[in-house]
Amino acid sequence: MNTLIAITGLGIFCLLFEILNLRKAIVPFTIVGLLGVLALNFYEFGSTGSYYNNMIEVSKFSTAFSSLFIVLTIFLVALSHNFYENHQTKISDFIAIKVFLLAGGVAMVSFGNLAMFFLGIEILSIALYILAASDRLNLKSNEAGMKYFLMGSFASGIILFGICLIYGAMGSFDVVEIHESSLSAELPIWFPIGMVLVVIGMLFKVAAVPFHFWAPDVYEGSPALTTALMSTLAKVIAIATLYKLVSALNLIPSLENQDLLGTFEIIVVIVSMASMTVGNIMALRQVNVKRMLAFSGISHAGFMLMTLLSVATSAGVLLYYTAAYALAGIAAFSVILYVCKNQDNEDITNFHGLGKTNPLLAAILTGSLLSMAGIPIFSGFFAKLFLFNQTIQGGYIALVIVAVINSIISVGYYFKLILAMYSKEPNEVRTGKPFLIYAVAIISIVLNIALGLFPSLVLDLLK
Amino acid sequence: MNVSLILIILLIGAFATYFVGDKLASKVALFFSLAALGCSLVLLSHFNAGENISLINAWITQPKISFALNADGLAIAMLLLTVALTPIIIFSSFGNEYKNAKGFYALILFMAFAMTGTFLAADGLLYYIFWELSLIPIYFIALIWGNGDAEERRKAVVKFFIYTLAGSLFMLVAFIYLYQKAGSFLIEDLYKLNLSPTEQLWIFLAFFLAYAIKIPIIPFHTWQANVYQKAPTVGTMLLSGIMLKMGLYSVIRWQLPIAPLAAKEYMNIFIALGIAGVIYGSIVALRQKDLKKLLAYSSLAHVGLIAAGTYTLTLDGLRGAVLQMIAHGFVVVGLFYAAEIIFRRFETRKISELGGIRIQSPKFTSMFLILVLASVALPSTFNFVGEFTVLYSLSQINVWFAVLGGTTIILGAYYMLKMFQNVMLGDANSKTFADVSVNEGISLVVIIAVLIFFGFYPKPITDLITPSLETILNVINKN
Repeated sequence: MNTLIAITGLGIFCLLFEILNLRKAIVPFTIVGLLGVLALNFYEFGSTGSYYNNMIEVSKFSTAFSSLFIVLTIFLVALSHNFYENHQTKISDFIAIKVFLLAGGVAMVSFGNLAMFFLGIEILSIALYILAASDRLNLKSNEAGMKYFLMGSFASGIILFGICLIYGAMGSFDVVEIHESSLSAELPIWFPIGMVLVVIGMLFKVAAVPFHFWAPDVYEGSPALTTALMSTLAKVIAIATLYKLVSALNLIPSLENQDLLGTFEIIVVIVSMASMTVGNIMALRQVNVKRMLAFSGISHAGFMLMTLLSVATSAGVLLYYTAAYALAGIAAFSVILYVCKNQDNEDITNFHGLGKTNPLLAAILTGSLLSMAGIPIFSGFFAKLFLFNQTIQGGYIALVIVAVINSIISVGYYFKLILAMYSKEPNEVRTGKPFLIYAVAIISIVLNIALGLFPSLVLDLLK
Repeated sequence: MNVSLILIILLIGAFATYFVGDKLASKVALFFSLAALGCSLVLLSHFNAGENISLINAWITQPKISFALNADGLAIAMLLLTVALTPIIIFSSFGNEYKNAKGFYALILFMAFAMTGTFLAADGLLYYIFWELSLIPIYFIALIWGNGDAEERRKAVVKFFIYTLAGSLFMLVAFIYLYQKAGSFLIEDLYKLNLSPTEQLWIFLAFFLAYAIKIPIIPFHTWQANVYQKAPTVGTMLLSGIMLKMGLYSVIRWQLPIAPLAAKEYMNIFIALGIAGVIYGSIVALRQKDLKKLLAYSSLAHVGLIAAGTYTLTLDGLRGAVLQMIAHGFVVVGLFYAAEIIFRRFETRKISELGGIRIQSPKFTSMFLILVLASVALPSTFNFVGEFTVLYSLSQINVWFAVLGGTTIILGAYYMLKMFQNVMLGDANSKTFADVSVNEGISLVVIIAVLIFFGFYPKPITDLITPSLETILNVINKN
């Protein structure tokens, strides 16, 4: 709870900086502020409680995920310094929006009431719409913002409709009450319909197939930093919330009707398989790196959805997977930001010969791609391992086989980028070593490897 | 003192090599590889004295994964093969200039680290991690420092990577499945499992996919010749000298004891696949025009025979296979090195453009001849010991297997000697061929000395590996 208040306060401070004309100090100040919030959050870890008539429910799950969100936001804010160099006048707005987005995310993983859940989604989404369109003189960015806004509002509408149906069936927005009455009473048909609508809305936010159509265009059109944010922070928030929703409402045990339970599982399996496969196959054909990572993100969403099949035990696995994925994503995007700065596109040709001109950043990008592909010692491998282990335990061996085949396909496009860096001739030399980009890239890949060497640190948090 | 020391030396060596810079890189790498060799010999003496040099540490609590290294005779023999070949391979590259040498030598040491780990690991997952880890350095070595057209090289290397990764991912699924049954990845717990024949078959096949691609066994060999040809010679040596042995070793260590029923049931099929590789490799080798490709196919033929030996499930078969793995490791490194020496002088590997070397350089010719003869398993060389033990074990299963497997010797003698004739003999070549330098000589002499010494006296190695092979056979025959 304190975390949420602190974050919102920090966001308001960021806005004040504009008025006080302290733009230069805003990035360091926000980073320090977020570190403070992170410390506060760690301090709260383990304590549980519910606030404001169970509007907010703080649990181990919410604190652990909030910590991850805060860490990711710190990285993204640090990257802002270089990215908005040419938009100095707007920088405080952009950073404040990112901090508010974080507040929305924290609200989403700690909701105790569906009203809070929806508020969180809207805070997050509106922040994202603005950020997608934030390069306001660029037609593509405008298109991305508009597209995202239109599609996103539909999804929000569907979620809201679903919440209404659930309310109609249960007479409450409170998660605990809904859960209790779902166990005792005969279930009205509205309840499963409402749940399905809410889940569909969340699948949209996660960008899972078949609700993924917005993702590639929006990722490609948005400014690169916003894409980084969407593919790491926003995706992680959405999947964590979906997980929380499914587990808090005890969706699976509440479906005592075996048909419904089976149907839900089949839907998750199909969406997960489809996301992996479509995402990977489409990614193979992309030449724009941002678009490629968008599709790769779709396929990772498919992997993460596998955790929904064993909701009772897989929170730790989900935390580990999201952390591994997001850290690799941050490392990859910081290199992309460096390479594609002052370029009008993010085509793969920009990366030609990076292994010769800038071996360090090339190595970092290679590492993050290897992590996403699931090659050991990077944490991406362990994430997949734990996920597969969990899923085989649940008895879904066919799903795991599909996931394995997809892992093999994914190597194809990750390696396309690695090949471009190491086996093509460089086309231009970039000068300058922006400190913050280097720092973010190095720290995130080191954290990624550290997670790989000591997986228990994160995995056992949610026991 | 335990075997993790070797891993630490090699890993530190890899980083040290990278940070000392391009000029010193090769020497530092050689130093660390020799240090690893020295330590391994010390460990061997400890082991022979009956000391326990294995290691087991908890690593990840849930799922339960341990950092377990098991040094029995078999693992130590493979460890020694790796650490003995690594300095030779590094030293053999001293005549070449590499761009970004620090990266190159660091990757070689890193690869040696990963391969050593694969041989030592006694926890399924740890083993898998090392197994995959060894793929990354060879990928970059072949990609960045390879030769030939860049586009073709890219294709060959990516195919290799995706192929091997695809195989090993199914092995990972098999391991996870085994974990569900055993509750642990430790090898001794996996050995204790009683799986149903159906389960064993699927697990056997998942392992087989990984190993058949790595070894390679027909029909999973298509990546091999191209990668051997395109990789720099150092990469080819690492691949053929050590990395292939990872697959063969894993068959003995993991596949057969974990799924013995399937191994017994379908024994003939897998032996036949191995022997098909012998015949296919030999016939294709006959028609090769490129020296490195010829050696690649001859290697395919030899490992086919080794694989057939492992699947016989007899002590002789396993013992012969291990002996032949070591012998083949040395001889193939020697042959590829000889090809590299020729390339340094003539800048070509086309057999038709070579010839007449004997007149200009008798020393090199005689060394090359010894290597060729060892490769065709002439009696009194190490390869003879290995190959004939394997053939003997095959004849116990079915005489026809031995007869067909024996063609490796006849056909091998034919294509190797024909190659020798075309490359070495004949009228003097228009280009000059300087005789071997001291550096080049040292590596070749060491290899030849090993081959001949163990050809006459294989007992130390046999004594080292036999007890652990017997243990494995006991597991295989437990029910």
